Amino acid sequence: MAVCIAVIAKENYPLYIRSIPTENELKFHYTVHTSLDVVDEKISAMGKALVDQRELYLGLLYPTEDYKVYGYVTNSKVKFVMVVDSSNTALRDNEIRSMFRKLHNSYTDIMCNPFYNPGDRIHSRAFDNMVTSMMMQVC
Amino acid sequence: MDPAAAAAAEEEGGEKPPVIYTMENKPIVTCAGDQNLFTSLYPTLSQQLPREPMEWRRSYGRAPKMIHLESNFVQFKEELLPKEGNKALLTFPFLHIYWTECCDTEVYKATVKDDITKWQNVLKAHSSVDWLIVVVESDAKKKNKTNILPRTSIVDKIRNDFCNKQSDRCVVLSDPLKDSSRSQESWNAFLTKLRTLLLMSFTKNLGKFEDDMRTLREKRTEPGWSFCEYFMVQEELAFVFEMLQQFEDALVQYDELDALFSQYVVNFGAGDGANWLTFFCQPVRSWNGLILRKPIDMEKRELIQNQEATLLDLRSYLFSRQCTLLIFLQRPWEVSQRALELLHNCVQELKLLEVSVPPGALDCWVFLSCLEVLQRIEGCCDRAQIDANVSHTVGLWSYATEKLKSLGYLCGLASEKGPNSEDLNRTVDLLAGLGAERPETANTSQSPYKKLKEALSSVEAFEKHYLDLSHATIEMYTNIGRIRSAKLVGKDLAEFYMRKKGPQKAEVYLQGALKTYLAEGWALLVTHTRKQLAECQKQLGQIENYLQMSSLLASDNHLTEDERKRFCQEILDFANQQAESQGQKVILSMHSFAQLKTLHFDPPNAVVHVGGKLSVELTLLSQMPIPVQVDQIAIYVHFNIEKNSYRKTAEWLTKHKTSNGVINFPNEVAGFPLSRNNLPALELYEMYERSPSDNSLNTTGIICKNVHMLLRRQESSTSLDIPSGVTLEDGAHMLKCNDLILEPGINKISFKTQAKEPGTYTLRQLCTSVGKVQFVLLHIYPIVQYDVYSQEPQLKVEPMTDSLLAGIPQKVKFTVITGHYNMKSGDALQLSNADAMPALYNPEIKAVIYSNTREKISESSLRIQSSEKITSISLPVTPAYHVIEFELEVIYLPSTPESAVERENTVNKEAHRKNKEKQKPDNRMATVDQKVTIDCPWSIYSTIIALTFCIPFNAKHSLLSAGKRKYVQVCVQNLSELCFQLSDNSLKNSASCADLQLVPLNPESQQVIYSKQSIFFVWELKWTKELPLSLQCLFSVSFCPATSEEQSLSLKPFTYEFQVENFFTLYNVKTEIFPPLGAEYCKTGSLCSLEVSITRLADLLEVDKDEALTESDGYCTTKLMYEVVDNSSNWAVCGKSSGVISMPVAARATHKVHMEVMPLFAGYLPFPDVRLFKYLPHHSAHSMQLDADSWIENDNLSVDKNVDDQADSSSIRSRSSLHSAASGEHKGLPMPRLQSFSSGQVFNCSTGMQILVVPSKDDHVLEVNIT
Repeated sequence: MAVCIAVIAKENYPLYIRSIPTENELKFHYTVHTSLDVVDEKISAMGKALVDQRELYLGLLYPTEDYKVYGYVTNSKVKFVMVVDSSNTALRDNEIRSMFRKLHNSYTDIMCNPFYNPGDRIHSRAFDNMVTSMMMQVC
Repeated sequence: MDPAAAAAAEEEGGEKPPVIYTMENKPIVTCAGDQNLFTSLYPTLSQQLPREPMEWRRSYGRAPKMIHLESNFVQFKEELLPKEGNKALLTFPFLHIYWTECCDTEVYKATVKDDITKWQNVLKAHSSVDWLIVVVESDAKKKNKTNILPRTSIVDKIRNDFCNKQSDRCVVLSDPLKDSSRSQESWNAFLTKLRTLLLMSFTKNLGKFEDDMRTLREKRTEPGWSFCEYFMVQEELAFVFEMLQQFEDALVQYDELDALFSQYVVNFGAGDGANWLTFFCQPVRSWNGLILRKPIDMEKRELIQNQEATLLDLRSYLFSRQCTLLIFLQRPWEVSQRALELLHNCVQELKLLEVSVPPGALDCWVFLSCLEVLQRIEGCCDRAQIDANVSHTVGLWSYATEKLKSLGYLCGLASEKGPNSEDLNRTVDLLAGLGAERPETANTSQSPYKKLKEALSSVEAFEKHYLDLSHATIEMYTNIGRIRSAKLVGKDLAEFYMRKKGPQKAEVYLQGALKTYLAEGWALLVTHTRKQLAECQKQLGQIENYLQMSSLLASDNHLTEDERKRFCQEILDFANQQAESQGQKVILSMHSFAQLKTLHFDPPNAVVHVGGKLSVELTLLSQMPIPVQVDQIAIYVHFNIEKNSYRKTAEWLTKHKTSNGVINFPNEVAGFPLSRNNLPALELYEMYERSPSDNSLNTTGIICKNVHMLLRRQESSTSLDIPSGVTLEDGAHMLKCNDLILEPGINKISFKTQAKEPGTYTLRQLCTSVGKVQFVLLHIYPIVQYDVYSQEPQLKVEPMTDSLLAGIPQKVKFTVITGHYNMKSGDALQLSNADAMPALYNPEIKAVIYSNTREKISESSLRIQSSEKITSISLPVTPAYHVIEFELEVIYLPSTPESAVERENTVNKEAHRKNKEKQKPDNRMATVDQKVTIDCPWSIYSTIIALTFCIPFNAKHSLLSAGKRKYVQVCVQNLSELCFQLSDNSLKNSASCADLQLVPLNPESQQVIYSKQSIFFVWELKWTKELPLSLQCLFSVSFCPATSEEQSLSLKPFTYEFQVENFFTLYNVKTEIFPPLGAEYCKTGSLCSLEVSITRLADLLEVDKDEALTESDGYCTTKLMYEVVDNSSNWAVCGKSSGVISMPVAARATHKVHMEVMPLFAGYLPFPDVRLFKYLPHHSAHSMQLDADSWIENDNLSVDKNVDDQADSSSIRSRSSLHSAASGEHKGLPMPRLQSFSSGQVFNCSTGMQILVVPSKDDHVLEVNIT
């Protein structure tokens, strides 16, 4: 399933980033950070066109040899980035979409927490569990 | 497609345009019959056919298309017809046309008919139904044979013979070579028919083909199924679509093949292997990249056909076809996108299929492929287009760069020393796998093949190519705004430079990347890049930067403990080096070394007096992983002499700093982007601008003092750059702390100082010295200050209550602020005594000593010595900057005569204006200021302090008469909030006439007077001889607070002095009202008689001797004016209401006046008032100075008094007739004046009398008031 899941603030600093422990964390950080280029590009490209019915799912941001990076952006410009192993062909667009939706829901829950300061790093067990489940699933 | 069919196709290739160049392929149409005729028509036909598009309706719901038809017309041969099972489509004749010019029935019957039949039979044998017979007619032939059947008959015959039911299979083309409208029409009809039939044939044959193909595909689960065979079949379809210029459809065929293959690979990976797939799993031996320059790569196609292709071969071939079609479709950007996907996908598939690949082989393949795709795209687009679509191609550039890099690393080309023998072997192997360069690129100097070969040939060449690629990629990324990607490539480049031992080149890229990561707060990336940068700086010998970076890394908790310790040790090692000759210190930023958390002042308000002790406690969070021995920690303090004088007083300082002495410094959260982190809080200040001339407020507002911090460009802020010219401020004001160990985590460090000069001290910088290294916190923010003040000694005397009351002992608080003065033993306050305010000595008085911060320090008793002139209060020994407080009882004795006179005057005035006094009762106490002069030990000047006392009482007097008897009444009003006990009241005649006696009528000797209440005292005045004209009286009453237990000492009584004048009764006025004669009672509306009798009670007295007195024959008379006034309108006075009478000045002389009055109401009516005035002649010198108040405001009177005493005119008449007289008076004529008697001189004995008035009988109106 997903090998790395990141939540990135509007200002492009990471609110949450977690990768599977077996792999080099640093590599994923680089990958996610670089993917923001494409996120920015996609957001600005569709920015004006479809304000009302904007699609939050950005699709495949960019593929690398080993990974596929997918993006999603909330209305408040918080970005979700998910890195998926390229060899995992079972994951189709629809699955990715639904994973992002789950992620978004969980993120919304965090925002609803009155003790959470928007813009702070996310330290939530519920969110952690949800991310873990996404990384475990299928594999 | 079986090999035989393929061979056939090859054979046909020889005769016709070769199949391979699909662009030149056209659908085949065979021609039978008259070849000469066809040849003559061919040019027109081939030219006219594609001219107009035709709508092609498709099966399976595919959208209809407009299509321009072209055809390849070939001579009919039986061999052209496909044999059973041959699925070749390209060589498939879609339409068979029989051409004839026959117009002769005979000829027709003889030859043409047979020929057509033969032709038809052949077609039937191959079950081909797509045919057409064309009959060409020309006028020329018609003319030759005049006796011919109508031309239609031949056509009809043909139709009859061959086209049973399909009459449209036979068309007539008339005069095709003539340029006439008829011929044109005929051509058009023919072409339309031809096109229609062609399309019909396409639809039918392609449909059939597709059906077959689908059937074949469905069999794919069967054991013998071969992907390659199927591939060839579907590709045939693609070729046909391509031939028909339906590139979209052609592409779909390849995409389907692609997807099918991919699915098999995926299934294979999942364990569901197809036999045929194992063939693709053979080890990779050739990696010569994609070939996109030919429309069809026949080599590869053959390999597939022969089932010898490897996975890379198949993928390459498929992609080259897709690429060709996409470029036809003008979608080059899709090529680049698909290329990247393909390359990634191939790598993945090889992995999945566990194909053995020599190391580097794939890198070569990918590299070559990337460049091939890029060059292919460049070949079909112009520069501007490419530049505008960099975002599509940059991925390939980046991928190529990456692959070249890994190849270089693999082959030892990216190291300092160059490749070793093992590396060289590997290189040779890799080059071998490339094979020979393909002929199509052999002449191009920049072919991917040549590039790769060159790059792998030497270290220098590799460097050149790698740098070229990297720079190009970075530039592209930068141009399209993908900064992060550019930085990442830059970092790879930096890594390369570091391997090549070129740190100076690497630094730029690392710094650039670090800046980006810092700006966006990616902690892990920052750490990693810093580590690289530290290594780089170390190699470059940038000691300061390296140490700074090391300190950052040592404090970075993303690193392991060991790494942190290593970096920390680096710093310490450097710091402890024996200073070699130059004792240059290295100054680093403190941020990474330690954080200032809190700062605590003692005293907490951070205000100390000169010479006072101040301690500052810092909480430093050491971020080093190990304890650090610190030589010195110093705080640099900036001293500023107070600019604002008002701040100087200790009170102000004490009031304005109410903090608990702890200043918290904002936490720097590591990892947040700079934009969040470094924005300082707003520093807002109030601002007042006053006009220079009169100091009035012009403007006021709020100023943000750190606008320059808030509004500056954010990019320029990196924590790295310390301004090189960091200068520590002069050590004149510095707090130091030496030799201590900073443990990891929280450390508390105390600084102690003694305040010297007064002023404000701002803590500016913090410096930690470790050997040669100094960690400096350049700005301590928020601003931390402490103040040192010096203060003049002060004395304050304040009452304990809101106001001091005169006459009773009350407490006054003395506050001595010692300021800079030390109270020595023997220092005393000298109070110069005032008689009216003695200080009362109480031996139990204690002085309390407070520190300047209002903390109680000690208590000591006071010694007070009183001499006649001076009271001396010795103060306890107190150090400077303390406060001594004690209380003293004082009493004010209000007895000075001048104040009494003053009061008397006011009372007299009040007596004159009784009306006004009633309107505003005087509730405010009279006040007296008492000044005290105090000599203080610290000053040669005396302090004069004014205390204000309030007199608690107010007294009024009045004279009461009863006939000739006289009484004096004194009213004492208590204005204060306290209750008092009054005793020993007395009234004395100050003139001390022996024959005058004041008999008190007051029952008790002690009385309580409550707050805001009054008490009355009455005395009867008795005399034996003649009364004096005036009487001087002194009222006195002792008082003490009703609550106080003990009787206070010698309290002075409250006194009130007043004078009474002319109080002897001269006249008695008696009023009587009589009902009309015969009536028992007065009745409303009926006239009654009023009798006023004025009786003189005394003989001639001193008082009477004035101008009104006339003397004749020993008899004295005086003139009086009487007046009857009824202010309540109960009575109507008929006739004269006033008059002047001449009164003999003799005891018991009586004058009676009669007049008529009429009661207006029934009931007990009070008598009308009778007033008596002295009537003074007009020649009085004082005539014009009459007090306005003494006039009765009644113009009736003022008229009447001008009239002579006996004038008997009605009031109305007199008013009109004497108006001129009145006006004459205004012209300044002398006029007589009236003088009222002083109170007590006239006694009205009918005051308050009432008379019963009954209603008149004829009064039917009964007024009832219900309330």
